[in-house]
Amino acid sequence: MTCLPRRSLLATGLFLGLGGFALAQAPAAPSSERFITVASTTSTQDSGLFNHILPLFKARTGIEVRVISQGTGQALDTGRRGDADVVFVHARAQELKFVADGFADERRPVMYNDFVLIGPKSDPAGVSGSKDIVAALKTIQEKATPFVSRGDKSGTHAAELNLWKVAGIDIAAQKGPWYREIGQGMGAALNTAAAMGAYVLSDRATWISFRNRGDLVISVEGDKRLFNQYGVMSVSPAKHPHVKFDDGKRFADWLTSPEGQKAIADYRIDGQQLFFPNAGQAGA
Amino acid sequence: MEVGAIFQAAFALVVGLDPGFLGIVALSLRVTLTAVLVAALIGLPLGAALALARFPGRAAVIVCLNALMGLPPVVAGLAVFLLLSRSGPLGPLGLLFTPSAMILAQVILVLPIVIALTRQVIEDLWSEYRDHLRSVGLDGMRAIPTLLFDGRFALATALLAGFGRASAEVGAVLIVGGNIAGYTRTMTTTITLETSKGDLPLALGLGLVLLSLTLMINAIAFGASRIGARYAG
Repeated sequence: MTCLPRRSLLATGLFLGLGGFALAQAPAAPSSERFITVASTTSTQDSGLFNHILPLFKARTGIEVRVISQGTGQALDTGRRGDADVVFVHARAQELKFVADGFADERRPVMYNDFVLIGPKSDPAGVSGSKDIVAALKTIQEKATPFVSRGDKSGTHAAELNLWKVAGIDIAAQKGPWYREIGQGMGAALNTAAAMGAYVLSDRATWISFRNRGDLVISVEGDKRLFNQYGVMSVSPAKHPHVKFDDGKRFADWLTSPEGQKAIADYRIDGQQLFFPNAGQAGA
Repeated sequence: MEVGAIFQAAFALVVGLDPGFLGIVALSLRVTLTAVLVAALIGLPLGAALALARFPGRAAVIVCLNALMGLPPVVAGLAVFLLLSRSGPLGPLGLLFTPSAMILAQVILVLPIVIALTRQVIEDLWSEYRDHLRSVGLDGMRAIPTLLFDGRFALATALLAGFGRASAEVGAVLIVGGNIAGYTRTMTTTITLETSKGDLPLALGLGLVLLSLTLMINAIAFGASRIGARYAG
């Protein structure tokens, strides 16, 4: 107990020095001067599309793209708050509202894929093989077969709610214990459905790249109403003067250019194309 | 899922030395250790001062700090998110979705642990050695450096507890970091991502690597305090 304060500093330094050493050894995270932040959806990230196309964009322009992957609703909020330069999502009505509210000057269609109804191989609702998503949902509701809903205001969630509406079912009023809202991303919803033997609506890209399928298979596909359009918007500097509008617009331009469209079309998993470019298509 | 696949995934990660994976490990260590360092620089003196100081409402402060040890990481993350968002009070700094934001969130999580445990350690030491310290002229706040030194091994454990909390959490770093590949992706957010992709063996393999790293750091700290005890004790 006769230690000098100086020695106490040394001892404290012993432990903290450990931290300092590790810090000195750790390389700084790679970062380039020029970057944009893109708020996008879990489907584009989880499917591996960005890993494929972003290096091509960077090679062309020198701009690094930092992707935050969220549900469509959350991604739009991130753009609204000014925390992203570009929003790249899939819920047309919400995107048009984003533009109407003045957060972006324009919304451009980029690509599409489709939704598929995933269900257990045993097919407890007896809907497998059908091409009529609305009839399938009606049957699931009537038989009260377990159904997993994203419940997270994502683009897929919005599409699911819309399909219930088309089926004439007021899901908010008619949902029972069979309807399970998990409030999480597509992957988590598929994991949950695999564990519970439930039906779930998924975008095809996430489904193709999903590894933990268990007994799940595609139950319903090929219905026109399962169309899934992606759009891109660069956040307007009118609302948020700090956004990198020029570089953000450059990314949107590239995505909709022949080169970007080809990059999207070229992305495949096990020979299957995941996204279909349609930037030029009117009304998409 | 086979257990073998998990170990295989972990083994492949470590042996493969993939630069992307090493970057993730380096970032995790950088963020967590910086957060613990900052929390130690603030928390050790503050905790000791709290142990010795007597003021009205002291008991309430101690109870609050103890309770904050249970602060849900996602709440800390959300608070930092709203603070740093472009629409928030510190928005102009542009710190959201950067490693700095992750460090800030983790400091908030680690600090209560460091302060509360330091307060307890120093208070016990003070009650034991008060008379002796006073007899050599160290009273009140002047006793803090000596007390911190004598409690160094218990305090190292407090810092390790803080390190454990920071390295294991995913809620806060996911919200304020955004899990950006190559920039704010840590081991825990990668585990979350791989889980959502359904690649469970890889997710668990990453978990195994994370556990091994934590084990190594604890072993190093243990060894360092042993050596320290021999030469300084």
